[in-house]
Amino acid sequence: MTEGRPRSFYVLAIFFAAYVLFLYGPMIAIYVLSFQGPQGGLTFPMNGVSTFWIAKLFKGTGIVDLGAAFRRSLLLGIIVMIVTVVLSVAAGMAFRRKFRAQSILFYSAIASLIVPSIITSLGISLEFRIIDDLIKAHWNENFETSMGLLTSGLGAHLTWTLPFGLLIMFAIFNRFDPRLEEAARDLGATPWQTFRHVVLPIILPSVIGIGLFGFTLSWDELARSSQAIGAVNTLPLDLQGLTTTVTNPDIYALGTVISAVSFTVITLALGTIHVLNKRQAAKGSDAGQGLV
Amino acid sequence: MDTSEDILQQASPDLIRGSDTARAAKAARWSPSFISWLQAGPMMLVFLAFFLIPLVFVVIVSFWDYNEYQLLPAFSGRGYTDTFEGCIAQLPELCTIGRTYVMTLKLCFMVWAITLFIGFWVAYFLAFHVRSKTWQMGLSLLCTIPFWTSNVIRMIAWIPLLGRNGLVNSGLVKTGLINHPVEWLLFSEFSVVLALVHLFTFFMVVPIFNSMIRIDKSLIEAAYDAGATGFQTLVNVIIPLAKPGIVIGSIFVITIVMGDFITIGVMGGQQIAAAGKIIETRVNALQFPAAAANAVILLVITFLIITMMSRIVDIKKEL
Repeated sequence: MTEGRPRSFYVLAIFFAAYVLFLYGPMIAIYVLSFQGPQGGLTFPMNGVSTFWIAKLFKGTGIVDLGAAFRRSLLLGIIVMIVTVVLSVAAGMAFRRKFRAQSILFYSAIASLIVPSIITSLGISLEFRIIDDLIKAHWNENFETSMGLLTSGLGAHLTWTLPFGLLIMFAIFNRFDPRLEEAARDLGATPWQTFRHVVLPIILPSVIGIGLFGFTLSWDELARSSQAIGAVNTLPLDLQGLTTTVTNPDIYALGTVISAVSFTVITLALGTIHVLNKRQAAKGSDAGQGLV
Repeated sequence: MDTSEDILQQASPDLIRGSDTARAAKAARWSPSFISWLQAGPMMLVFLAFFLIPLVFVVIVSFWDYNEYQLLPAFSGRGYTDTFEGCIAQLPELCTIGRTYVMTLKLCFMVWAITLFIGFWVAYFLAFHVRSKTWQMGLSLLCTIPFWTSNVIRMIAWIPLLGRNGLVNSGLVKTGLINHPVEWLLFSEFSVVLALVHLFTFFMVVPIFNSMIRIDKSLIEAAYDAGATGFQTLVNVIIPLAKPGIVIGSIFVITIVMGDFITIGVMGGQQIAAAGKIIETRVNALQFPAAAANAVILLVITFLIITMMSRIVDIKKEL
């Protein structure tokens, strides 16, 4: 473009700044409000500063059994993360060759991303209800339900995280130089060795990105959990339940705690990605340059 | 390839350990298509078990009968007739379901228009005005991080600002612009649209930015050299080339808003009817066939919108 900063730059820079303020402003407001004093209410001004409401959450005297929901969400998030990483990397490798059913898998992933969550969620709950009815009718009359955190809940979350994982893998392999693998093969590496020692180190930063997506998308997931999770609640579900009855800053405290976990995971993942990229730049051969 | 390994093996037998060669040979016997199945199969199974089969069940159950307690697996159109109850009798007035869909489409259109405007200019700024790669990365990340945090938290974040005693109202009262707090800021169509824009502009920014970053800068230079004004360049060069991103972003935003029931519930004070809310209400009343029938209707409408939009651009080619 033309030399110097055109006037449109300043207009758009202000527009961008306003957008960022719009994104973060309200969130910062609740983080601040969660440190209300014991007498504090739902709005500004602050009525003293304390960690009263956050402490109340952890004591379990609040409206939610934070501890149990926290552990459930964490467990589910970690399992979703691991499964998302493994399945996405494997499927991403498969997409580098032509194979039958390739487009079925691709369109399933895209459809899973854009079919409204409530429909997916309803479908999973119907599926499990029908399975339950079958079990009750044919095997065990006293059977309760097969729905649960790690059955229907896990499946519901994966329909949301896997498409993201697959799309990130596409982005990686678009920029991947297959000659590196050929070189490894020519040197006598087995397919597994090629993957383990050549492909994986190069794509590792992005694989951590997939894990990051997997965990945080599951940790904050709500719409797909709503019908499909069964009897137990995850933290976002508890939080949503609170929105209708809330009168105390508990809800902000809970929001702050959930966000803190999300931000910790994001920071850890980005930090690891940064370190890996630096190591690759410093220690890796020039083969790794510009690929990740 | 095998020959080169053989030669290597003969030249220096220690270079390739025997077990590895054996494994390589064994792996080579697996046909590439079998390996592909092995790699892609697990993901396909997840989509089959938790997405495709559930969709089939939604369609099947939408034709089942029901009473207050349970599903009755017998063919019935009741799910649909209950949904459209009174629609013909009420003509030319819109029935409840009709009004609900008009409302959903109206919300959809407003959110789409606003997110497109914001998304386009944010992406434009990042792609064309931010010159250093580091800044581009940093600023994109800044826009992405909120997407990774809970939607409910980002919704309730508006309460201290928009509530009756919120910052906006008290600010307006203090400056004397209004006498008493206005009520329509929270739990209204306004707050629903605001929250949806806040939550989902991200889905517009990313695809548009992706298309823009691929535009060859020399095309823009050429337009300027040929005497085009900034506006002409925008309309004739940049927008057509960014079209795939615009379409993909639009599909995301429209499908999300069409199915949304949480944002509309929380920010509308559970007062605004929308397509997704009907499904939720029916499920809560344990009327699963009716819920499924509504899901099918929503699915068909969403599908029509996507088909219309994907005529404009080949999605698969753009990824």
